[in-house]
Amino acid sequence: MAELVSKTERLKAYLLILIVALFFAIPFILSEATVILLCEVFCLCLFAASINFLLGYGGMIPFGHGAFYGAGAYSCAIMLKKAGLPLGFAILTTPIITAILGLIIGFFCVRLAGLKFAMLSLAFGQIVWAIIYKWYSFTGGDDGIIDIPLPTFLYDSTYCYYSIFLVLLVALSVLWRITNSTFGWTLESIRENTERVYFIGTNARNYQMIAFVISTFFAGLAGALFVLVSHNAFPEYVFWAKGGEGIIMVVLGGMFSFFGPIIGAFVLLFLHTFILSQTEYWPFFLGAILLVVMLFAPEGIVGVIGRKLAFEKEKAN
Amino acid sequence: MSATILLQQLVSGISLGMLLFIVSSGLTLVFGVTRIINFAHGSFYMVAAFFAWTVAGSLNYWAALIFVPLVVAMAGGVIEMLLFRRIYRAEHLVQLLLTYALVFIIADITKVIWGLQPKSISTPEILGGAVTVFGVVIPKYRIFLFGLGIGIMIGLSSFLRKTKIGRYIRAASEDAEMAGALGIKVPRVFTLVFMLGVWLAAIGGVVSIPIITIILGVDMDIIIQCFIVVIIGGMGSMGGAFLGALAIGILDAFGYLVIPRFVIVLIYALMAVVLIVRPRGFLGKTAE
Repeated sequence: MAELVSKTERLKAYLLILIVALFFAIPFILSEATVILLCEVFCLCLFAASINFLLGYGGMIPFGHGAFYGAGAYSCAIMLKKAGLPLGFAILTTPIITAILGLIIGFFCVRLAGLKFAMLSLAFGQIVWAIIYKWYSFTGGDDGIIDIPLPTFLYDSTYCYYSIFLVLLVALSVLWRITNSTFGWTLESIRENTERVYFIGTNARNYQMIAFVISTFFAGLAGALFVLVSHNAFPEYVFWAKGGEGIIMVVLGGMFSFFGPIIGAFVLLFLHTFILSQTEYWPFFLGAILLVVMLFAPEGIVGVIGRKLAFEKEKAN
Repeated sequence: MSATILLQQLVSGISLGMLLFIVSSGLTLVFGVTRIINFAHGSFYMVAAFFAWTVAGSLNYWAALIFVPLVVAMAGGVIEMLLFRRIYRAEHLVQLLLTYALVFIIADITKVIWGLQPKSISTPEILGGAVTVFGVVIPKYRIFLFGLGIGIMIGLSSFLRKTKIGRYIRAASEDAEMAGALGIKVPRVFTLVFMLGVWLAAIGGVVSIPIITIILGVDMDIIIQCFIVVIIGGMGSMGGAFLGALAIGILDAFGYLVIPRFVIVLIYALMAVVLIVRPRGFLGKTAE
């Protein structure tokens, strides 16, 4: 039995290596437009993964998480455009800034659960949005920040692609390590039964707060990376609907799974590009897809595949 | 700053509060009974406003006020039976996202029917003009809104307290299972409550167009404002929604005198403070 498990684990690892290798080859195979689209997808993958860390593993609904993504984008944009700081510095310090913001906001949010948590996270997120939206002298208000200067190599889509992909790989590995540590397991048990976790002498609230900070760290990093692709920052990156978009990705791909949200981000962005090339009524199709998923497969793509596989296995036995 | 200006702002704050109450009362009623936070509530408001623009254009305003909410409530009833009924037992996230999906769908349908142009109608003749009380100029339409808000507050609470159906609704909201065991047809009560909630959203939509230009996207604006009202008032509490709506309306009006640019920050801050200090809101039942 142990051998069987290790065999499937090894198969999974090979598959993962194959996929990563494939992504390294993509700039040589696909068109420039697709490469740029993939750069955007990578940023949203990281954003979705950061949301899923709270949603899937921690059982918290972060409806205002767009604020951290947007704050990341703005922090990076302001450092590059207004302060003229080097890119490396901006990318490294931005997640720390959003994590500190996450610490302040998370401190209050984790005291609540369920819908109330979602609503408080929404309220704080909207405060961040409103400040960025209205503070013209610092953030450019509704004009946003455009033409952000970047090192010249990043204007080449291939270099941009590899830079973002590498950062994504590192970030996802770190997140993977965290979810498969005792910390991650504790977080999952808090999701399942908060009271029991208290009974065994663990302060669940502290764990949730640390999870919140970790999640906002990566959400901010995702926002900062997005500036490398978009060369701008707009208030809608901070708006609650951005967080809503992230949650849709997570649910579409499948929460309770590490790779679900990443798959969800891919599927959603490619659907978005494809449907928009056919019709202007993308929101209608997005709504219809979301409706069908919620009614018939709330466990998402990965969940459905998992169920199918388990079913096949049972039939084989 | 003279007293007249302050009173002027108070009047406009109260009338904005009344509008918010009319819409939020539907949201809080539906939540109280079905435990669903309906994102699409604002979409019904928007559809009703556009629809009223059409009806008021071909017939008149009063026909729109009677006819539009009824039609939109019927449509709401159909949606409840087709979709909402399936998710009453689902998790919060599934409920939120299903109703969020409806927001996208309804917004695009609205776009197909009414397009992207902003729409507005003039105030009906009888309610045009203003009266002056102690030097404060009060547009008649705002007095009408005030009366309507109070009327709905009184009407709804006596409907819930005094009538048989009202008692059924309260029973179903206390304990749906027990109510079912006692022979109340709970699914029918849920449909009725949902239609009532949509009807209230639609009334809000119709009475808003003479004062607020309607445009695609107001669905999102109004639903977030309703969330704020319902949260600070206490989820599921009608009186709470009334107080919450008044608080937001008045804070909005006076905020404009003090820090016009950051009023919106004030409103979200109030929501956050209430959630931190008193998570159940002004009049909400014990924390869930």
